[in-house]
Amino acid sequence: MSMTFIIDALVTVIGITTPILLAASGELVVEKSGVINLGVEGMMLVGAIAGFAVTFETGNPWLGIVIAMLAGAASSLIFGVLVLSLGANQVATGLALTIFGIGLSSLIGSNYVGIANDPLDSPFPDDLAKDAFWRIIFGHSPFVYMAVLLVLAIGYFLNKTRAGLVLRAVGENDFSAHSIGYPVIAIRYAAIAFGGAASGLAGADFSMVISPLWAEQMTAGRGWIALALVVFAGWRAGRLLAGSYFFGVLMALELYAKASGFAIFPSQFWAAMPYLIAVIVLAIISSRDGKGGKAPACLGKPFIPNG
Amino acid sequence: MNVRPMALSSCAEKIRHIPSIVGSSDGRRLGLSKEILHTMVASTRLELIGVTKRFPGVLANDRISLTVKPGEIHALLGENGAGKSTLVKMIYGIQAPDSGSLIWEGKEVRIASPRAARRLGIGMVFQHFSLFEAMDVIENIALGLDGSVSRNALDAEIRGVMDKYGLKLDPRRQIATLSVGERQRIEIVRALLLNPRLLIMDEPTSVLTPQEVEELFKTLRRLASEGVSILYISHKLHEIVALCERATILRGGRVVATCDPRQETPRSMGEMMIGSDLRDPARGQVGVAGPVRMCVRGLTLPKPDDFGVALDAISLDVRGGEIFGIAGVAGNGQNELVEALCGEKLSPDDQTIVVDQKPVGRMGPSGRRKAGLCAVPEERNGHAAIGNFTLADNATLTARTRMGFETQGFIDQDGARAFADRVIKTFAVKTLGAAALAGSLSGGNLQKFVMGREILQAPGVLVVSQPTWGVDAGSAAFIHQALIDLAAKGSAIIVISQDLDELLALCDTLSVINLGRLSKARPVNEVSVQELGLMMGGIHGVNAPVEGDVHAPSA
Repeated sequence: MSMTFIIDALVTVIGITTPILLAASGELVVEKSGVINLGVEGMMLVGAIAGFAVTFETGNPWLGIVIAMLAGAASSLIFGVLVLSLGANQVATGLALTIFGIGLSSLIGSNYVGIANDPLDSPFPDDLAKDAFWRIIFGHSPFVYMAVLLVLAIGYFLNKTRAGLVLRAVGENDFSAHSIGYPVIAIRYAAIAFGGAASGLAGADFSMVISPLWAEQMTAGRGWIALALVVFAGWRAGRLLAGSYFFGVLMALELYAKASGFAIFPSQFWAAMPYLIAVIVLAIISSRDGKGGKAPACLGKPFIPNG
Repeated sequence: MNVRPMALSSCAEKIRHIPSIVGSSDGRRLGLSKEILHTMVASTRLELIGVTKRFPGVLANDRISLTVKPGEIHALLGENGAGKSTLVKMIYGIQAPDSGSLIWEGKEVRIASPRAARRLGIGMVFQHFSLFEAMDVIENIALGLDGSVSRNALDAEIRGVMDKYGLKLDPRRQIATLSVGERQRIEIVRALLLNPRLLIMDEPTSVLTPQEVEELFKTLRRLASEGVSILYISHKLHEIVALCERATILRGGRVVATCDPRQETPRSMGEMMIGSDLRDPARGQVGVAGPVRMCVRGLTLPKPDDFGVALDAISLDVRGGEIFGIAGVAGNGQNELVEALCGEKLSPDDQTIVVDQKPVGRMGPSGRRKAGLCAVPEERNGHAAIGNFTLADNATLTARTRMGFETQGFIDQDGARAFADRVIKTFAVKTLGAAALAGSLSGGNLQKFVMGREILQAPGVLVVSQPTWGVDAGSAAFIHQALIDLAAKGSAIIVISQDLDELLALCDTLSVINLGRLSKARPVNEVSVQELGLMMGGIHGVNAPVEGDVHAPSA
């Protein structure tokens, strides 16, 4: 009994962590290039409605996933043009993108309220996940595996490849990168589009797996958790993976507290936990100098080449 | 141009034109076979012919021609703003020339990017290192290479180059932990890994200690002996005499002379750099000055950061009616001095700075303004004025107390507008009016506005830094006249500038700041141009003794 409970709990944790991990992985790449895109929540919503609608209309969830990623990337490029080509303030533009994403997804989604799709199942044969224990490994939606592979690939990309080195260089010192001859703006566009696609994918996870229907603002602020997670992880892929599951546990606590009527604290307390912990951990990390992982030096600064 | 033996000169003329005459009828008419021409061409690594670059409002490079031979250490000498950096940026492909041609090893080339320059065999070590603090040495060097190399292979290669040229550095250290000299070594190694045939060094010693300079020179001589050409940019005359075999001297964007530094003295080269066509001082009748209105005694402040300069026992007196000029090469403590004088940095003691018998050393800028000390910093947009504020608001920022349009925390908007209008009218500022944003004004007009704003407050003491930096000639003349008029009304004025012409034309008294120390003030008509050039170039005390010896700035 308790074994099943633990396995159920783990599956829940892994499930609800996945969209955060996806979005945070994308944002990690964006921030490593020196751009802060606060529009994650908005891009997730655009991805969520795009994924849901395409899946519903075509019956092909894989097409839904691809379109969700494209939709996320397209909305991020609005941000990209404003911030990179027109030199707009990144924080304000990112917030605007979130508001835009909420509005656009609600508009498109108004025809889809109250409809449900079948949730996307595990890509592995059912037999593999029959045993309760193996369910932890084989019993998830494709998004779970994509998220883990994505964050590992990003870790490898950033630390082991030349392209990753150049991306970090652009985020660390844009003027130097420019003077050496790297196309700062183009690299940032690519990073932003990548982040948008990852956010779109994260949104699709919500509307295709976690609750396979469309509801306005169904991502419920998880985009903000993803943003906090990047800082929490000190801009490192490995810590991002660990940190996201830590947040996942905290979020699962809320669900279980609600379900079990666990009365010591009201469930709102558990709901507030991830945010509270995020604040505390951030304070600890930022007060600890040096080792704790540093923000890319050019994070949030506009780059205007001067020749 | 200095005098050269006739034969040599005409030969040089021929060589200069070879690229254009190769294969042309002119070449054949001269009776030179193609082979010989090409051999002669190959003996020139880089040639510039009539290279011109214009920026809005300024001709940065005006028809510059020069040649660099293989294995030659060629100095590019000139004051700040003479156009040295613009020129090398064009050679390294960061900027494109408006006209003129670059000839690389006999072939005319267009260098579109730094990458293209590196492919040709041109390396550059920047004055401000383009390094990435959070990364280690290997990563930084990898970023400067165009191909992909494995980390271990690169590590070995770096160690190889460093052994060969006697450079010491652990390739696995993080940049943030390195000294300035070590950082420069990375840049050099990065450039050398590409086996350049021309290495451009942009003021490489400005941040090095004398020991590090010696090490650097050894490396450079070694490179030159292997046939690498070096274009060495500096304004430090003694270094050029010690290191270079040829020098091209720029002034105001033009080549004013070429010479062999080994046959020149720092004195003669200083003269060429500053120019002998200096205007006579327009003033210089001192002795009529009034009482001391500004008195600084033993102003000593530590370095604000790693790249700042410590102020070392600065003392000066400025009398009413006197214009006191402070010359010096940039980065010798001018910024720190302006901040200390205007109150952005407080002095250790109240008595360190005295304005009209009132000690103000511990007062901030507002207190000092009240006491009669106004200032115009170097950076007009962002420091002297806020670009997104109207001119009226900008006037309020510094003039509210002295001009009485602030009472108990409330601002008299009409008063501020009226004052701003008065500044605009008196100083002929071209703008739509007091409601225009400061950022919408051209550089010269904004400078006239911020100067006018302070001058109309009738300050007892006015401190101005680079009053005509980047300002067109008409506005500059206007600003100069306004300063002279203010002095005539009995104010004491301190002008800090890198423009010697300006200081000589304007000031009664002149002093040079070098490494945070101020030389003894001398009446301007007793200072020779050569002497000034030497002091600015870093050799103090030729005729104006100051205690202590002076070397290249140390990190």
